[in-house]
Amino acid sequence: MPASDLEQDAVRGRRARLLDAIRRRLLIGLVAAYAGVLVLAPVAALVFGAFSQGLGAVASALSQPDVLHAFGLTLAIAAVVVAVHAVFGTMVAWVLARHRFRGQSLVNGLIDLPFAVSSVVVGYMLLLIFGRTGLLGPLLEQWNIKIVFAVPGLVLATLFVSLPFMVRELLPVLQAFDVEQEQAAATLGASGWQTFWWVTFPALRWGVLYGVVLTFARALGEFGAVLVIGGAIQGLTETATLYVYRALDQREYAGAYSAALVLGLLSLALVTGIDLIRRRAR
Amino acid sequence: MTAVPRPTRAGSGAPPPDPIHWGRGALRGAALTYLLVLLVIPLLVILQDGLQGGLSGLWQAVSGRVPLAALWLTLWTAAVMAVISAVMGTLTAYVLVRYNFSGKALLNGLVDLPLSIPTLVTGVMLVVLYGPQAALGGWLLNVFGWHIIFAPPGIILALLFVTYPFVVRAVQPVLADLDREPEEAAATLGAGGWTTFRRIILPALLLPVTSGTLLSFARAIGEFGAIVIVAGNIPLRSQTAAVYVLSQVESENRQGASAMSIVMLAISLSVVLLVYRLQSRGQRGPAE
Repeated sequence: MPASDLEQDAVRGRRARLLDAIRRRLLIGLVAAYAGVLVLAPVAALVFGAFSQGLGAVASALSQPDVLHAFGLTLAIAAVVVAVHAVFGTMVAWVLARHRFRGQSLVNGLIDLPFAVSSVVVGYMLLLIFGRTGLLGPLLEQWNIKIVFAVPGLVLATLFVSLPFMVRELLPVLQAFDVEQEQAAATLGASGWQTFWWVTFPALRWGVLYGVVLTFARALGEFGAVLVIGGAIQGLTETATLYVYRALDQREYAGAYSAALVLGLLSLALVTGIDLIRRRAR
Repeated sequence: MTAVPRPTRAGSGAPPPDPIHWGRGALRGAALTYLLVLLVIPLLVILQDGLQGGLSGLWQAVSGRVPLAALWLTLWTAAVMAVISAVMGTLTAYVLVRYNFSGKALLNGLVDLPLSIPTLVTGVMLVVLYGPQAALGGWLLNVFGWHIIFAPPGIILALLFVTYPFVVRAVQPVLADLDREPEEAAATLGAGGWTTFRRIILPALLLPVTSGTLLSFARAIGEFGAIVIVAGNIPLRSQTAAVYVLSQVESENRQGASAMSIVMLAISLSVVLLVYRLQSRGQRGPAE
């Protein structure tokens, strides 16, 4: 009975398509609900929370001198950290991509270490080295160098936690880079620096820019390590995240929510902005 | 020699000629010194400090009631997060790869969002939403009696938020590259959608799901910013390992702080190493 066979096939096909459509709806709905509850709802809550007392409250909370100092300090630390990683991170990526040496895979794995270390532990490690009873404590006291509970400690802690970004952005770019272009430049009489500056660097441009932005964004948000090493001294070592922490503790919700919103928006704008620029450039 | 230029890869092949001949050693020296000073020395110092009394001293320092409770809370909340993340992360990746729908770009953006938001800000967000004074938090507390903030559910929510991209971004590329023919064959042979998913898609995704899940677990062990806001610092109730380390640093109990730090490092690093091993085996597998 070929006719009824065909009919059965058609029914089965229709049923399968219907099931497919139902499954599609269900899965999309489930995932959208999950992402909505998990990510979107908290973000929206913070935006509403910050603006619930009006724009004026946000503006006046953010223009307090201690808040301005905290944000200034955070931006300054992030700038120094980015500058250091731009130089040394490029060097590390270069050495990993171009040199061959024993223990290379160990060094390669070491780059990701900061991802696996709790930020509190990072601050504590530095305390064990530079603290009063730490390894270098007596020496630093003798020379009157202040690292712990001072800005240099904040910079060191932020350097540690943001180390992987520059290297991880540059390494694949360097590895994919065609060495023959450099060889051609060298054959044409270019010096090592000329080759780097005119041939290699332009190819790395996007990698460097992306690494800089990710490092900067990570540095803005560092909290645990700077809390432990800096002690959150108001007006001295209190960064933007530490201000949010204190304001929450003192129930100054307008300040806490506004500053948290600014921090979040700043990081988000940086990362999305660079993404958009890169996509357009391609 | 072939005429085709080949990209150099770490760990294989002869060293390519270096355009900067001079200063090659100096460059390597500077790069390695940087890593040594910034990463290796702090790590060695804390290991030396925490292991002064040997492993028994370490155990003694973390086996008190409070540190054990902190460690247990950290481990079980991370485990619950990992299970939820594995399922929902895989489903998110599946929906993003296989379906087209309005709002897909938004969903894609939401997945990456946690990476660019400071974890402290994540904590503040959750408190604003679920805190006892908040509309939703108060409602959940009054109607269901659910404590979210200063309790384990808040910790799990914070961890889920922070690690949302891990599984999704591990699974997505593998799923996108997956050959569709076996699935179509299975469907032609009468296999239902669930059977096809379980027998054909899931085995191919096992490695990325496992590594994404393990990495989010490792990340959760050390999470601090989001948790200290959401969970507070109540010993025996909502104090996690990272928050315990902070409280020991503040009360100048060096032994306790060092010991707990080493335990956390050991857990995170061994999980990360396991992932590296799984991935390198997975990469070698199909080539052989």
